[in-house]
Amino acid sequence: MNKPSTIEEVLTNRTRPKSPTAIQASATFAWRALLRIRYVPEQLFDVTIFPIIFLLMFTYLFGGAISGSTGEYLNFVLPGILVMTVSMITMYTGLDLNKDIEKGVFDRFRSLPIWQPSVLVGALLVDTLRYLIASTIMVTLGYILGFRPEAGFSGVIMGVAILLLFSFSLSWIWTMLGIIVRSEKALMGISMMFLFPLTFLSSVFVDPSTMPNWLQKFVDINPITFVVDAVRTLIHGSEANGDVMIVIYISIALIVIFGPLTMYFFKNK
Amino acid sequence: MCLMSTYAVEATDLVKIFGKERAVDGISLQVPKGIVYGFLGPNGAGKTTTIRMLATLLKPNEGHAKVMGYDLTQEADKVRHSISLTGQFASVDEELSGRENLIFIGRLVGYSRKQAKQRADELLQAFQLEEAAKRQVKKYSGGMRRRIDIAASIVTSPELLFLDEPTTGLDPRSRNQVWDIVRALVKNGTTVFLTTQYLEEADQLADLIGVIDRGKLIAEGTSKELKSSIGAGSLTVHFDDLDELKKAQNIFVSRFEQQPDINEQDISLTIMIKEHAKAAKAIGELANTNVQIKDFSMSQPSLDEVFLTLTGNVPDHEGGDSSNE
Repeated sequence: MNKPSTIEEVLTNRTRPKSPTAIQASATFAWRALLRIRYVPEQLFDVTIFPIIFLLMFTYLFGGAISGSTGEYLNFVLPGILVMTVSMITMYTGLDLNKDIEKGVFDRFRSLPIWQPSVLVGALLVDTLRYLIASTIMVTLGYILGFRPEAGFSGVIMGVAILLLFSFSLSWIWTMLGIIVRSEKALMGISMMFLFPLTFLSSVFVDPSTMPNWLQKFVDINPITFVVDAVRTLIHGSEANGDVMIVIYISIALIVIFGPLTMYFFKNK
Repeated sequence: MCLMSTYAVEATDLVKIFGKERAVDGISLQVPKGIVYGFLGPNGAGKTTTIRMLATLLKPNEGHAKVMGYDLTQEADKVRHSISLTGQFASVDEELSGRENLIFIGRLVGYSRKQAKQRADELLQAFQLEEAAKRQVKKYSGGMRRRIDIAASIVTSPELLFLDEPTTGLDPRSRNQVWDIVRALVKNGTTVFLTTQYLEEADQLADLIGVIDRGKLIAEGTSKELKSSIGAGSLTVHFDDLDELKKAQNIFVSRFEQQPDINEQDISLTIMIKEHAKAAKAIGELANTNVQIKDFSMSQPSLDEVFLTLTGNVPDHEGGDSSNE
């Protein structure tokens, strides 16, 4: 390898190679996101500390009151808190993007001849990995505390898989907001406004049949309820009740609606 | 490669509206290939918006443009194949190291992992960033940042490079380095379109200068042409006492038909001059008539003066070459 040494010598490189495919470009952006985590490991707090705090807190806070024992409640609530925690941390995707976009580097990405969504797809793929980390930590901690999935290990994997699909799809809402909302704080406010009621007013913590009628009606149409029920079904192996398919439909719908919208705002910012 | 057009940029009546503000208000440009085009204007004049439109980042509200022969909106992807953009703020990922940034861009333009690494190392060496290769860009100095930015723009040599205020905030040494890079780029056939707030920079680098103010191109020409229309600057002469000052004043009024600005406190006078030769003549004239001069100095026209002249507040400019319709 004959190394050139002056600027003029490195300028002779006129031919551009073929542009990367959509998958290659997405993988490159994913690689970038991984590198960033290496430099700023604090980025992983939300997927490590959060799940631990949530699981311990809710199990021991509500367990005795709701189920009479924390052990029994843990089996009921773990799939729920899993969904809640992972849904909540999806909003960090938007926050990161929002911070990132203010810097000039996005202009460079957008002036490159690449499949434009790869910028976001790559980041979301790594975020899905983060969700997986969070899920693994929760299930492991749960197991130590006495959580026993009735459908065994494979049930847990299926449950986490469907949750990751949903979270990946949900992230597109936050990426879209991350692009159009002006500040991080505003984005935080908006996402909390939706995520808090949606995660609490669902089947995460208690059986909806114990709720007043009007609330049940809301809980029954809350997408989070479907996700929680689907994950619970898969983890505990009760008979499939169509929730899994509904979650898949919801996920596809989220991507179909918010994917193009995100790209529209991304291109026309 | 496009052989059809001799112009790197051909823009017609570009307009960009943000809310109610016409940030770019009907700009038409023709930038021949192979030159440095300097886009000169104050903050908020519309320079960055114009560059962002030409680099396919913003859609114009009106007008159209061809960049390297390709239509900006119809063939955006082809345009992106021929250009690179170095934005006003670091257009690299500050969280990553310089080397990682270059590898990353190399991968995005389509190099294999190995090629991208090799190219990154070549560039780091050429831009004298080898020692900082593994440091995060956010820990770079201003000059280093600019260099890594430009290096990222030439991972594959673009046919057209946009540089948005490449030297704003740099110390003179770093600024000179950037200038050298720009000159090297042009020598190798890249067309450079740069924006600047500094007249001196446009003067040093640009073959053709467009002056922009409030979204409109108010003048265009070579540095020489612009200077002859706005004058070469001002000549200030200091004297030992007021008598000498008065004598000099009379000479200027009678010989050059120009009333100088008098500063009695400093015992000095200042006149605006169109060309340097005239300044020499004026000093010579004073010497011939035995006026005692303490010292004299020339100053370049400031951007303020340029604008004052070009925006029409000063009546006597014949060659302003205003290209607005």
